[in-house]
Amino acid sequence: MKFLLVNVLFCLFATQALTQPLYMTRNGKVFFFSKTPVENIDAVNNEVTSLLNTANGEVAVAVLVKSFHFDRALMEEHFNENYMESTKFPKATYNGKILNLDKINFKVNGTYPVEVGGDLTLHGVKQYQTATGTLTVAADKLEAAAQFTIKLADFKIQIPSLVAEKISETIEIKINCIYAPKQ
Amino acid sequence: MRLNNKPRVVFTTLLVALSTAGYAQDLMNMLDQETEKQKKPDYVTATFKTTRIINGHSVENVARGVLDFRISHRFGFLSSGVYELFGLDQAAMRMGLDYGLSKRWMIGVGRSTYQKQFDGFTKYKVISQVADGMPVTVSAVAGMMYKSLKFDTPDRENFLTSKLYYSAQLLVARKFSESLSLQLMPTVIHYNLATGINDPNDVFSVGAGGRMKLSRRVSLNAEYYYQIPGHQLAGTQNSLALGFDIETGGHVFQLNVTNSTGMTERSFISETTGNFFKGDIRFGFTISRVFTIVKPKY
Repeated sequence: MKFLLVNVLFCLFATQALTQPLYMTRNGKVFFFSKTPVENIDAVNNEVTSLLNTANGEVAVAVLVKSFHFDRALMEEHFNENYMESTKFPKATYNGKILNLDKINFKVNGTYPVEVGGDLTLHGVKQYQTATGTLTVAADKLEAAAQFTIKLADFKIQIPSLVAEKISETIEIKINCIYAPKQ
Repeated sequence: MRLNNKPRVVFTTLLVALSTAGYAQDLMNMLDQETEKQKKPDYVTATFKTTRIINGHSVENVARGVLDFRISHRFGFLSSGVYELFGLDQAAMRMGLDYGLSKRWMIGVGRSTYQKQFDGFTKYKVISQVADGMPVTVSAVAGMMYKSLKFDTPDRENFLTSKLYYSAQLLVARKFSESLSLQLMPTVIHYNLATGINDPNDVFSVGAGGRMKLSRRVSLNAEYYYQIPGHQLAGTQNSLALGFDIETGGHVFQLNVTNSTGMTERSFISETTGNFFKGDIRFGFTISRVFTIVKPKY
């Protein structure tokens, strides 16, 4: 009986310990940049949702493609209609892990270099993608910033020859999230 | 003691594994559930490619702070033969500027060579179609036209207001799929001065239009206005137009064939005289170019 009680208590603590290290954001930012000599295009999405598990370093990021905003309305329309096909593929996600978790001490405030690896799903195509950046540990929040580059062709996004010189084949992506402990 | 302890250790390990298994639940699934809680309505976009189906309005608006410069041409009747190069020797033109005041509200002005007409309109999107929600988009359009052509009866007392015309339309559209959108538009056009002694001041009609996307950048459009018998001008035909929208980056080209000459509601809906099926078909095109005047803030 005593054994059972100890066990149950232990499990409660075990799960308790595991419920703690989840951090979340609903208003992270993703920027992307396409740079060519003819035209620079950039867009921002302010409604990035993400969960971060500090115990095992798991990261999940999801964005609605329609929530990317451009300086020009027509670009936004083309982005959704012609390139990302956002009705067919409404979400872009990243499901990965912090690769250098052992170098990060979540109990000590400071900025740590961070490496992430995982699956990026975009336009219906899943690809392994790594990213580098920083993770800043502060009282009651975590601030993550990372960047990486993707090739449009890898995600089956076709650029017609007519606009080929205006849209870069590689796109720089930056992500910025301020996480708070998940309630 | 040792032998007795073994099952206990196994049991403990199992229990811990089970209790944490609830947590091993994919982080992505958890995120999905979280975002589901705060879901915003998913508004349907790009029901039509531009603000016009062909001659008449679609439920689309130009975006806030965007200026749309439109040049439209309608040539002569194809039936006019080789001598007129199938109508290309004559052209009616309209130049227009449309501007988006807000996400839902746009205004526009234009000038047509046909009857030296000035026009202005205001269009407001009342309801937006939502995926898994509101089935249709509804817009209201009000227009005003001024025919600046000189009076053909200079010897009688003429009033400026006699050359004013008004139109009011309700546009009800639904994007059925990525490629198919359909629209209905009940319309009333008011003549301050009736055209003939037996003609009404108010002309009623119901329009129907649609587009079918042929590729990501090309669509086939059709538009027809059915005039309610007894509420139309004598000797007029219903307006029919067929066309393609071709998108090339910042421009949209609209190529079309229609039996109408004018490009304002009053001219094409209630004053079309050509019979489409007897060769009274005009080739025409519209070029739309947008300029961003006010950059949106995000």
